Amino acid sequence: MSKLVVSTIGPACSVQDRGRDGYQRYGLVASGAMDRLALSAANTLLGNEPFAAAIEIGPFTASFTARDGAVRVALCGAPRSIDIAGRAMPNDASMTLAEGETLNIGFARGGAFSYLAIEGGIAGEPTFGSLAVNPRAGLGSPFARPLQQGDELAAKAASGAPEQRIELPAESGPIRVVLGPQDDEFADDAKALFLDSEWKISATSDRMGYRLEGPVIKHLAGHNIVSDGTVDGSIQVPGNGAPIVLMMDRNTTGGYPKIATVISADLGRLAQTPAGTAFRFKAVSMAQAQAEARKFQDQLHSLPSRLRIFEGTELNIDALRGANVAGSAVNAVDVGTWQAETLEANRERT
Amino acid sequence: MPLPPPRLLPSGDRAIAVEFAKNIDDAANQRVLALDRALAAAHVEGVTETVPTYRSLLVHYDPVRIGFDALGEKLLALSQMPAQASGKSRRWRVPVAYGGENGIDLEEVAKTLNITPDEVVARHSGGNYRVAMIGFTPGWSYLSGLDKSLHMPRRPSPRVFTPAGTISIGGVQAGIQCLAAPSGWHLLGRTAVRTFRLHRDPVFLTEPGDRVTFFPIDAKTFAEQERAAEAGEIIAELVAA
Repeated sequence: MSKLVVSTIGPACSVQDRGRDGYQRYGLVASGAMDRLALSAANTLLGNEPFAAAIEIGPFTASFTARDGAVRVALCGAPRSIDIAGRAMPNDASMTLAEGETLNIGFARGGAFSYLAIEGGIAGEPTFGSLAVNPRAGLGSPFARPLQQGDELAAKAASGAPEQRIELPAESGPIRVVLGPQDDEFADDAKALFLDSEWKISATSDRMGYRLEGPVIKHLAGHNIVSDGTVDGSIQVPGNGAPIVLMMDRNTTGGYPKIATVISADLGRLAQTPAGTAFRFKAVSMAQAQAEARKFQDQLHSLPSRLRIFEGTELNIDALRGANVAGSAVNAVDVGTWQAETLEANRERT
Repeated sequence: MPLPPPRLLPSGDRAIAVEFAKNIDDAANQRVLALDRALAAAHVEGVTETVPTYRSLLVHYDPVRIGFDALGEKLLALSQMPAQASGKSRRWRVPVAYGGENGIDLEEVAKTLNITPDEVVARHSGGNYRVAMIGFTPGWSYLSGLDKSLHMPRRPSPRVFTPAGTISIGGVQAGIQCLAAPSGWHLLGRTAVRTFRLHRDPVFLTEPGDRVTFFPIDAKTFAEQERAAEAGEIIAELVAA
C-alpha cells in the first residue's frame, strides 16, 4: 500500500466528497465539496466514482509526497502552478508521483479551491455515507479536521494507466440568483441596489459563508426574523447590511432575512471567485434556474467524454524549460498562459 | 372549511420553504409537523429531505426529478391535511443541574424577574415542552412551551463559548444545546444528555414534535451522568407522552 503524505499545507484544506444529505432536520449540514464540478472532474481523470472523496485545497500552497510506492493523482479546479520534483505539470490532468517524489501546488490564481483526487479514492470510515470533514460536528475521515502537515493518506499503488487531461467548460458572467425566500423584507430600491451593484468576497470568508463587500442593504422592518431553514447559496442579510452567502458548512437554520439564493448551477463558480475580485448578481426566473440545474447535471454526466489522453508532457516541459518558465521559475508565470502553451504544444505533437 | 393555504417561498432552485406563519406560533408549528408527516407518507418523487422549523417546512428536492410548480401543488394539497397531534408522541425526561457553575445566568435571571432562583427552576422544570425544531448545529433542540413569566430578551451581547449540554432560555424559547457553541441565551443549567452523539444508537435523540420535560438534579449526580454519557449512555428517560 502506498501513501500520500502532507508535506506542507495551508488553511482551508480538508477531505471532501458529495457530503451527507438527509440530516438537516437534526441540525447536521451536508458539507461536501465547494466546487462539485471540479471534484467530479478530478475523480473522472482517475476512473474514480465522480463524487469520491478528494483533498479540497484552499487558495494557498500545499505539497504532498508519495511514500512506500508510486501514487497516481489528479488536480482540478482553480488554476495553479504545479510541479513534481521541479517538473512543471498541467492543471486539470492526472499525474503519477514516483516513490519519494513531491507534488508542489502553488497559490490559486483566478479561483479559490482545487481538488486533489487519489487513484482508488481516499480510505476512511464514512459517517452517514460520507468522509467529508465537518470540524464543528467532529465528523470526517480519515481526519475529523482540516489536514495538517505530516498527515498520511493511504493510497493504492499507482496503476500506470496513461495520464489524461480534461477540458472543463469555461463559464463566466454574473452569478445568477432566484429572489427570496424573504425578499419581501426589503424595499424595491434595496433589492435593486443588491442586483445592480458590484460585490467582492471578503478575505474573512470560509466554508460556512462568503461575506460580501459592497453597499449596505437595508431591511424594511428590522433584521430579526423567526429562524427558518437555510440552503447552500442562501444570501442572508444581517443587521449591518453586509450580505453573507451561506456555503457548504453553513448552519442549517438562521434568523436573518434571506434576500435571494444563488442558483445551484452557479454555486461552484461563486465558490471559485477569489476574495477581492469584483462580480455581479443577476436575478433569473425559477424556470431558468431549474433549466440551468438540468444543464449542470448534464455537464457532470458528460465529464468522461471530455477526457483526452495526455502524451506531451516530456516534450512540453523541455520546451518550457527552454523558455525559462518551468521548474523553479514556474511560480512566477501566469498559469493561464502557461497552460495554453502546454495545450498548444500538445496539439502539435498529436 | 379549507385551512388557510401556506405561502410557497422559493429557496433557490432546490428547495421550497412552506411558510405557515411569520411568528412563533404553536398552531403553525403543528401544521408544519403535520405537513412533514404527510409528505413523508406520500413519498413524493424528487423530495430529498425536509427541515421543520417553528413556522415553516423547508422541503429540499432535486429539480431534475420534479419542478417547482409540480411540487408546490402537491405541498399545497398536503397542507390541507388536518393538523392533528402525531400518533406516536413520545416524551423525554431530561435531568438538569441548575445554577452555580452549570447555570451561570440563573441568579441574574431571577434578579431580572424579581423571583428567587428556586422559583425560576420550578417554573422552568415545571413546563411541558415540545421540540419545535432542531437546527443551527447538530442536535440543538429548540423548544416551545416556555412559561410566559420566563420570557425575556436575549443577552445584549452573545457569548462566544457556551458548553455542550447547555440548558438555556432566550425570548419565548427554551433549548437543549448539544455541542459547544456561541449563544446569546440565558444559561440556566446543564444536562449530560447529548441529543447528538456519534457511535451511539440512536445518533440523534430528539425528533421534531417530541415532548420534553426537565427535572432538577444536583451537581454531583450531573458529574456522574457526564461520565456515563461519555460511555454512550442516553441518560434521558423516554416515556409515553
